Amino acid sequence: MEETRTQDALLTLEGLTKAYPGVVANDNVSFSILPGEVHALLGENGAGKSTLVKMIYGLVKPDQGTMTLKDAPFQPANPAAARAAGVAMVFQHFSLFDALSVAENISLGMDHPPKPRELTARIRQVSEAYGLPLDPDRIVGELSAGERQRVEIIRCLLQDPKLLIMDEPTSVLTPQEVDILFETLRKLTQEGTAILYISHKLEEIRALCEHATILRLGKVVDTCDPREKSAKELAEMMVGTTLHVPERDASEPGDVVLAMDHVTLYTPSPFGTDLRDVSLEVRAGEVLGVGGVAGNGQDELLAALSGEARLTSGSVLLNGVPIAKLGPNERRALAVLSAPEERLGHSAAPDMSLTENALLTAAVRQRLTKRGFLRWGKTEDYAKRVIKEFDVRTPGPANAARSLSGGNLQKFVIGREVLQKPEVLVVNQPTWGVDASAAADIRQSLLDLAAGGTAVIVISQDLDEILEISDRFTALNEGRLAEPVPTRGLTVEKIGLMIGGMHAPALEDAE
Amino acid sequence: MDLSQINPILLIASLMVAATPILLAAIGEAVVEKAGVLNLGVEGMMITGAVVGFAITVNTDAPALGFVGAAIAGAALSMLFGILTQYLLSNQVATGLGLTLFGLGLSSLIGKPYEGMKVTTLAKMEIPLLSDIPVLGPILFKHDPMIYVSLMIIAGTWYVLKHTRAGLILRGVGENHDAAHALGYKVIRVRLMAIAFGGACAGMGGAYISLVRVPQWVDGMTAGAGWIALAIVVFASWRPWRVLLGAYLFGGITVLQLNLQAAGVPVPVEVLAMSPYVITIVVLVIISLKGNHGAPGALGKIFHATH
Repeated sequence: MEETRTQDALLTLEGLTKAYPGVVANDNVSFSILPGEVHALLGENGAGKSTLVKMIYGLVKPDQGTMTLKDAPFQPANPAAARAAGVAMVFQHFSLFDALSVAENISLGMDHPPKPRELTARIRQVSEAYGLPLDPDRIVGELSAGERQRVEIIRCLLQDPKLLIMDEPTSVLTPQEVDILFETLRKLTQEGTAILYISHKLEEIRALCEHATILRLGKVVDTCDPREKSAKELAEMMVGTTLHVPERDASEPGDVVLAMDHVTLYTPSPFGTDLRDVSLEVRAGEVLGVGGVAGNGQDELLAALSGEARLTSGSVLLNGVPIAKLGPNERRALAVLSAPEERLGHSAAPDMSLTENALLTAAVRQRLTKRGFLRWGKTEDYAKRVIKEFDVRTPGPANAARSLSGGNLQKFVIGREVLQKPEVLVVNQPTWGVDASAAADIRQSLLDLAAGGTAVIVISQDLDEILEISDRFTALNEGRLAEPVPTRGLTVEKIGLMIGGMHAPALEDAE
Repeated sequence: MDLSQINPILLIASLMVAATPILLAAIGEAVVEKAGVLNLGVEGMMITGAVVGFAITVNTDAPALGFVGAAIAGAALSMLFGILTQYLLSNQVATGLGLTLFGLGLSSLIGKPYEGMKVTTLAKMEIPLLSDIPVLGPILFKHDPMIYVSLMIIAGTWYVLKHTRAGLILRGVGENHDAAHALGYKVIRVRLMAIAFGGACAGMGGAYISLVRVPQWVDGMTAGAGWIALAIVVFASWRPWRVLLGAYLFGGITVLQLNLQAAGVPVPVEVLAMSPYVITIVVLVIISLKGNHGAPGALGKIFHATH
């Protein structure tokens, strides 16, 4: 079958190899992409997907191997050469300029942009043709994540690409926005454009892609038609071992531990979202899942619970005692702990060692200071304990937080809080950008914590994650919290509607 | 106290002279910062430009050559900063401060033989017809050529940043260097060009002090003008016309307070002497209270292509 694929292929890769000091990112990678095909590239973090697409897009030069595009040798020296040959790319972390307008952003992504007025007209035309509404004159910093992605896609479409590379395009979209994106992509493939689609989300790949190439540790380990496989089979092909599904014993939740009562929080940040009249209750031994698309008040909710932000109005109660006026360290002393989303810079100081980072949040509860002096020995022991119990892969606690991979650092910052025996733990995006096996470990540790009687709040944009571990589900939409509903029996479609701002009673009516 | 001896027309004409050094240095730095680089070495580049411009003019009797030399000297010094921060990834704040100290010392060394010397200054250009207009003529059309050059640089910078692709790329690099790199723009090259432009402008601004405003070489004669230029860039929200406003405001109050001192106004000299700094900053803060502050997103951040 691969023989015939190679003959009609739009792009053929043969024996691509790229090594960095100490690691082979791609090892003899070969596959081909047909015109009009949605081709999935699957693999865990660190499997070499990013390096591979960077080679196709001319950002990285391969050490060995050849590429052929439309029967001609293809060796892009830079992204401009790749674009000229008809290869376009939508990046995982949007490569947009916040202070510039939509039209200026698109102009920067084109090699020979038309005059501003013509460009504006063409943006409107393309955005209508593909069902991607977008105003060319708006400043990108004010757009939602879904709109920002449209900017990137339109930027690519204006160059009539033959191959469109999409790196994790749905990680920040609502289910409804994902549907719009998929329709656009299908429209493109009907016109003969090939799409190389990278995602962690296996269900999406099964819904969209016709062919999948699976990478593990830089090598092609398998190819398949994802429509014929289950998500579990795909995951196992990626990981190479059987996935560990977190488990927990069903237990009755205890008393209400933490309550927020009509909390309103005006954020000082121009890109932040105000919390409006948020009320919630979490019981001992319960996991409350908070869904929602990024930028709907997740960071602010965490800040209100951790004590980083002062409430505009409303109260926070711990076992009935108000704690809204207490700062983060005072709340830590009361066993209210949190792990924010941003690993580098918020939950961990990037250039400080793991020992120092352990001290930063554990000093109060683990008694790591004495009369204003640091107890280094005890702090290092605590860091070592976190590293050991959470299987953090690092040479030792003296290493800088920045030197750890995302998944390992995430295990460290979660472990650092979990081992302090919190009464309440709030985590935001606990497994964002973490590979499947590390994510399963983190989820299991949260479940174990809840089983021990801790009230856990998991804020996440990964709906599968929330469905898997939470007892009750709620969602943030423009700073408002939906009425929590039991997770059991919820479907992704219902959750999507809650995320979109419809509350539980309206949902029942909708059925 | 005799306020009648202050001539408003002469005052306005001389504020342009007083403001031009800061204006040149500030517009250069605004471009550097728009490209995402914070160069705190403005003072050092200014004073190096001042001494080099002075030395060349003393030896050639051609102030124009002096300004060209000052621009080249400022740009050369800024390239030292450029290589350290862009290729060797040194910290921009520390390197910029170092550049200021280095420039002050270097200018002192070069300037030693020139202390107390006289120099040919720039001749005033009386623009035919226009300079005969009452009031406006003496204010606007009887200046030396560098005043007009500085205004053209402001207008040119505004046009390039706002209306050309080169300006768009420069703003893009300053806003998000990783995105610019991913799109295939040469971040380091763009930044080096911006840094060199900033150095050249600062050098010319310094030379304007030693060749026109004073005109003499005195050790340490920029006297903090580079720092006020840096402040003006920030409070002007990185916009060229606001840089002009800030610099002229500063220059105007400087000239006014000197006149008030001479007229014997019963206000302590110290208060008058600090008034330009205080008023400029207060006014620009009030202007920038509203709306988009527009600090370039990547300002002062180190760019490394592998991240």
